Amino acid sequence: MAELIVISTLNGVLFGMLLFLLSSGLTVIFSMMGVLNFAHASFYMLGAFFGYQLTRWIGFWPALVIAPLLVGVVGMGVERYGLRNTHKHGHVAELLLTFGLAFAIEEIVSMIWGKSPVDYRVPAVLDFPAFTVFSTNYPAYKIFMLVVSVVIFIALLVTLKRTRVGLIVQAALTHPSMVGHLGHNVGRVFMLVFGVGSALAGLAGVIAGPSLVTQSDMAAYLGPILFVVIVFGGLGSLPGAFIASLLIGLIQTFAVALNGSLASVFGPLDPSLGPSPLTDIWNVTIAQIAPILPYLLLVLVLIFRPMGLLGTRES
Amino acid sequence: MTAAIQVNAVEKSFGNVQIIRDLNLSVAKGERHAIIGPNGAGKSTTFNLISGHIKPTSGEIRLNGEVTSGLRPFEINRRGLSRSFQVTNVFARMTVWENVRCAVLWATGHRYAFWKNTDSLPEVKQRTAQILDDIHLSHRRDVPAGLLTYAEQRELEIGITIAGGASVIMLDEPTAGMSHAETERAVALIRRLTEGRTLVIVEHDMSVVFGLADRISVLVYGHIIASGTPEEIRGNPKVKEAYLGEEVD
Amino acid sequence: MTNAPTPSLAAAKQESGGALGFYGVWLLAAIALVVLPLIFSSGGSLTSFSLIGIAIIFALSYNILLGQTGLLSFGHAVQYGLGGFLAVHVMNAVASHNWPIPLPVIPLVGGIGGMAFALLVGWVMTKRAGTVFAMISLGIGELVASSSLILRSVFGGESGITTDRTSLMPLFGWTFGPQIQVYYLIAFWVLVSAIAMYALTRTPLGRICNAVRDNPERVEFIGYDPHVVRYLAYMFAGFFAGIAGGLTAINFEIANSAYLGAMQSGFVLFSTFIGGTAYFFGPILGAILVTYLQLGLTNVTSVWQLYFGVIFIGIVMFAPGGIAGILMKHRPLIRAGTLGTVIPSYLVAAIPTLAFALGIILAIETVARFSGGDPINLLGIPFVATAPTTWAAAAVLVVGGFLIARITWRRVAEAWDRAATVARDRGYLA
Repeated sequence: MAELIVISTLNGVLFGMLLFLLSSGLTVIFSMMGVLNFAHASFYMLGAFFGYQLTRWIGFWPALVIAPLLVGVVGMGVERYGLRNTHKHGHVAELLLTFGLAFAIEEIVSMIWGKSPVDYRVPAVLDFPAFTVFSTNYPAYKIFMLVVSVVIFIALLVTLKRTRVGLIVQAALTHPSMVGHLGHNVGRVFMLVFGVGSALAGLAGVIAGPSLVTQSDMAAYLGPILFVVIVFGGLGSLPGAFIASLLIGLIQTFAVALNGSLASVFGPLDPSLGPSPLTDIWNVTIAQIAPILPYLLLVLVLIFRPMGLLGTRES
Repeated sequence: MTAAIQVNAVEKSFGNVQIIRDLNLSVAKGERHAIIGPNGAGKSTTFNLISGHIKPTSGEIRLNGEVTSGLRPFEINRRGLSRSFQVTNVFARMTVWENVRCAVLWATGHRYAFWKNTDSLPEVKQRTAQILDDIHLSHRRDVPAGLLTYAEQRELEIGITIAGGASVIMLDEPTAGMSHAETERAVALIRRLTEGRTLVIVEHDMSVVFGLADRISVLVYGHIIASGTPEEIRGNPKVKEAYLGEEVD
Repeated sequence: MTNAPTPSLAAAKQESGGALGFYGVWLLAAIALVVLPLIFSSGGSLTSFSLIGIAIIFALSYNILLGQTGLLSFGHAVQYGLGGFLAVHVMNAVASHNWPIPLPVIPLVGGIGGMAFALLVGWVMTKRAGTVFAMISLGIGELVASSSLILRSVFGGESGITTDRTSLMPLFGWTFGPQIQVYYLIAFWVLVSAIAMYALTRTPLGRICNAVRDNPERVEFIGYDPHVVRYLAYMFAGFFAGIAGGLTAINFEIANSAYLGAMQSGFVLFSTFIGGTAYFFGPILGAILVTYLQLGLTNVTSVWQLYFGVIFIGIVMFAPGGIAGILMKHRPLIRAGTLGTVIPSYLVAAIPTLAFALGIILAIETVARFSGGDPINLLGIPFVATAPTTWAAAAVLVVGGFLIARITWRRVAEAWDRAATVARDRGYLA
């Protein structure tokens, strides 16, 4: 049990930090531009596939730098030539544009790399057990992932607190209506923010790819969870996104590791009852309901705290 | 007789900033009451408080004797208070006709009906046509509201506000941004349409205020410093001081 | 903008012709639905018509949310799918108990299923509009789709639940075994649902839905609670989506978890938006086009879904009014008789635009078939995906087409402005 707790906590924090790499960018973009970027998880997927391809061509370490930059460029292109032209049609049109993009990116990725998982491996240098907890070897690569995401987290904090763009972003987070008064270079700030957000998502993809499965449906799987995270944390709140990322990361990881069901706790139901929704619920394991837990959380938070954990804004 | 609007010791703070402090206001039934004051005095906030757009931090607001502070805007509207907005706030993609007709529907008792054809409700049709006629927009009835000229949108704004037949009408700077001729037309319109109703108006144009109002309240820093007839206000030293030499008459 | 006296004249004409035109359109639609299978009687076209009919109801129901109330839902398939599941369960129950309920009533059961779910979750969901509603609809969609795989006794797991539509009591000798009988069942429901949904837009609720779409804040000051309006709209949308789901269950004699999924929600969004949300008939056009493309493209290319994405992005960026919006833009020009002055510029613009589109198609197919597959056949010209000449052709078409198209479309805009000015001067709004 102690082993499970230690391992799951590590994995949960790791997953949570990965989620935050994505949700932080999404939150900042939403706060500044009012656009909820549906394609954000698709940039994460692009990161993983670019990382995979570049690793095959030039090795993992160059890929780690180049792939996120490429994704950032794609993101800036989307902002400059897509969103900026759609802006005049309103936020719904912008959301729909990113929705269409998410759909198209998934199709393009599966067209180029196929629908089955690609063989994106952990680099040999990091392919060893970092330490052993009880009897489980904890892979060094996961420690590496954790280190990268924590470094990025700190870098983000410093950027927000110490740089001019960071101050603008902060101002935009607290006073979204202010963004219009940023002056003539507001377009460049938007493009930059969108590019950096996309690049962060891409980086998450590059480092998560070898550890998780790199496949053309990875964006469709992660995207909805990401939206749960930012609605749960409160739209437009970075601390909220951080807490929600960690919370959902931990919940998901622990749920997957637990095999208990109502049947295993209270004993099986009388078999004469026959199959019914009750028996389904009675026999389902916590691991099996792990995929729906984030959405259950979403429903709960909407009922009891419609603004999200730390949200202050209506929409 | 109970007052149409009675505001008792209302306070409103946003965070640590107190916008409205100890606000007391009484508007008698049938009275035309103007609220004036320098920019940032809290005139629009007062409107928002009375119409339920925002809730007071403390204090009490009554409409025709009934406590309405804490109620939602549509609940207050159903009790007979209707307001306009300083920034034009119409239904942009709908035609002028549809704009006014939507404002008539609740008052004529059709509510959320999904079994009636709106086009074949005679009293709705008649009332909408009457109001369009009143605001001189009959010839523009099929134009989407978003395509109207500014002055026309302001007139439509007034039309939507009075369409429901509310007994208390609140107009937030109805002539803002209008030319002199347009203003005159709008004032005549307001005078005619609010006949027999209670009117509360926020206005910067002093000629409008003194020409239209039976009583005037002066709001400074979220507090009413004087309330009285136009003559009393004109002669009030505190008002003169607050306007710091600004021309009151 | 001066106050031209003539628009009211045009409006009066419109109104007097309204009632006749109104019933005429529905009568024509009814005749078309009856006659269609007599003209195109092959099994394949009957299947296509059935699917298109269902897609029309589904898309119209979606537009109650998106076009009429301004609610962007990413989970509309939930009500559709639940309607389908309820229909299948009721059909099986009716068959096993020999209840005297004929098949044509079953879609109504689907509708009730869709509406019941909306009744249950709608109040919480519609508390807020805009982006938050969009995200919640996505979350609820995922929740229901994932839950359906857990509740195997209700949803039948991966394989779904089957039924036999002929096991219900026959009606006037119709067993609904042959596809033609199913087609007429669907056609009947298409007509009834479309009329009902059109009527809904004319009711006080329908009008207030539009007001909520345009300006929910102001609605509160004319006596309405926008939350209640959104909730009611959500329930009606759920009802008609459920009818579409029930018809699908009858058509395929199965309901499975894919009915509830994100893919299905995405396609109804595509159909509705491509068709155009601002006009009632927009989603009908969209449903016909998207279903037709879906059926046609699967045989031609393996990446047909990508084409939907590309078309959708194109519509969002360049014609957010959809097909209906493009068509209706021309109405004042037709009325004023100035359309003729625009057509030449359209014809000129069509050539480079077509070249650009062909270039995109060639590029997509080149990538798709690079590592194997049949040679590309574009307008009868064969291309080999691995040949550099093909890449060059694609590049020339895309880049050249785009650059020239941009110039010609500017010409179109100029011609358009002139024609619209004339139309305005003649008293037709443009």
